[in-house]
Amino acid sequence: MSSYTIILFSSIIMYIILALSWNMFSAPTGYISLATAAFFGAGIYTTAFLGELLPLPLLMLAGGIISCMLAVIVGAVTLRLRGVYFTIFTFGLVELLRSLVLWAEIKFTHVRGRFVVSADHMTVFWCMAVLLILLIAAIVLIRRSRLGKSLEAIGESEDAAAHIGVNTTAVKVAMFAISAFAVGAAGAAMATRWSYVDPGIAFNSMYSFMPVLMAIFGGTRSTVGPIAGAIVFAYLEETLITKFPSLYMIIFGLIMVGAILFLPNGIIGLIKPPVMKLIAKLPKRRVRQ
Amino acid sequence: MSGKIILEGKDLVKSFGGRHAVDHVDFHLNDGEILGLIGPNGAGKTTLFNLISGALTIDSGLITLFGQKISGKKPYTICRMGIARTFQAAKNFPGMSVYENLLISAQFGQKNVGASAAKTITDEIIEFTALESFIGKNIKDMPLAGQKRLEVARALATKPKILLIDEVMAGLNPSEVDEAIGLVRKINDSGITVIMIEHVMKAIMSVCGRIMVLHHGQNLAEGTPEEVSSNAGVIEVYLGG
Ligand SMILES: Nc1ncnc2c1ncn2[C@@H]1O[C@H](COP(=O)(O)OP(=O)(O)O)[C@@H](O)[C@H]1O
Ligand SMILES: [Mg+2]
Repeated sequence: MSSYTIILFSSIIMYIILALSWNMFSAPTGYISLATAAFFGAGIYTTAFLGELLPLPLLMLAGGIISCMLAVIVGAVTLRLRGVYFTIFTFGLVELLRSLVLWAEIKFTHVRGRFVVSADHMTVFWCMAVLLILLIAAIVLIRRSRLGKSLEAIGESEDAAAHIGVNTTAVKVAMFAISAFAVGAAGAAMATRWSYVDPGIAFNSMYSFMPVLMAIFGGTRSTVGPIAGAIVFAYLEETLITKFPSLYMIIFGLIMVGAILFLPNGIIGLIKPPVMKLIAKLPKRRVRQ
Repeated sequence: MSGKIILEGKDLVKSFGGRHAVDHVDFHLNDGEILGLIGPNGAGKTTLFNLISGALTIDSGLITLFGQKISGKKPYTICRMGIARTFQAAKNFPGMSVYENLLISAQFGQKNVGASAAKTITDEIIEFTALESFIGKNIKDMPLAGQKRLEVARALATKPKILLIDEVMAGLNPSEVDEAIGLVRKINDSGITVIMIEHVMKAIMSVCGRIMVLHHGQNLAEGTPEEVSSNAGVIEVYLGG
């Protein structure tokens, strides 16, 4: 494979991880988070500071843990907020972290921005691929677990869930933190792609919006949906940026509006009915629906 | 019939803005009884349930369960300590089947319920509440009476010692009301102590051993159905309309 192809694959995997992480928390609970860029940036800055001390897998672990802790703090405060207030707060978090990191960087290191160690493209690709596999395994396991069931109940009716014994705050914070872990780890690995980062590059709100668009475009109700959405958009981004750099955002926006208007269940919703017919013929395991 | 006090509220106050929804209310619940809670719309009945179940925090006062303070605790804790509730407007999980609605209540309603224990409880509650014919159904395809029964069943699946029932008979036809009355009696016979908010007088008078009347967030009267229905104050504000 050419190094261009490897970089493209890594970047597609990155978007899949971001979209799946967003989807694993926001889809069942209905809490629309725009905090992805904050966790991604935390991962990037972990590598920016520790890049020379640790190998890539450990950097990813560190980035994941730092994002996870950030999510616990933020979640404990904001997950009491409902609906649009939660969304606005998470969006504000990206701005807040950007300013905070900028202030701290200048105050303590007296420079703005830093150089990041580079890593071999193939290493980054494999690390991201392993992270993706672990994330998908976690999603499948959680969906069947008590945690998954209680998340679903919260999304359906949070008051009812609380009064049948679900510790709603703990469940929401736990899931928010798990999804932040994957995002932070991805940020730590992808940081090596830039040779230089500053808070503006690391905490870029595009990384909050893209996963939401990808998941909605692909379909939020399944695991395949966000993956499909991420692949399509990541590929589109790559080709549109090179071919129509000035029209890129407009074309993006048009596709998104079209998807919301005409594909309420995402592109997976288009493919699913015939596939579901096939599955319906298989022996049933769940009482659901 | 009436044993020792198991649930008690003292000097409970809850205001929304300047409005006292619950205004220095005292109440107690005897082990094994069915306590009726009545009063005009806006009297503060549902708010009192919200305070007991932890959905709302009290401004002042104290609520104790088996002598232990529960005011200030979270809804999930209070549920696991043995108080279940229904909602005036049923809050079933609309995207889940009837079976899953009950299974999830059985799983979380008590500490350490394994998957197979939860299934056993679910089957038992389905039989107890006669929901067999709805098992695989979507909630929205169920008649109102069925949805209300499921609301009660979800609360029962948490295996409570005390059940708070909020207007579960509103909107039912006379034969459905009779069925609901039968279910409340059956629940009580199984050893669960009940507080029941209800506007259907027939139900209150026939089922409750004791009735408490709230008016403008305050205790207005309390006693047996006969005492309450002959109380001049109650007749004026409520029964006499
Ligand atoms: N969450 C709330 N926020 C504001 N006001 C409320 C809330 N819940 C109840 N109230 C007010 O408190 C009073 C008592 O309401 P409620 O307890 O629902 O009465 P009831 O159940 O006896 O009909 C009413 O005036 C109602 O408008
Ligand atoms: Mg009410």
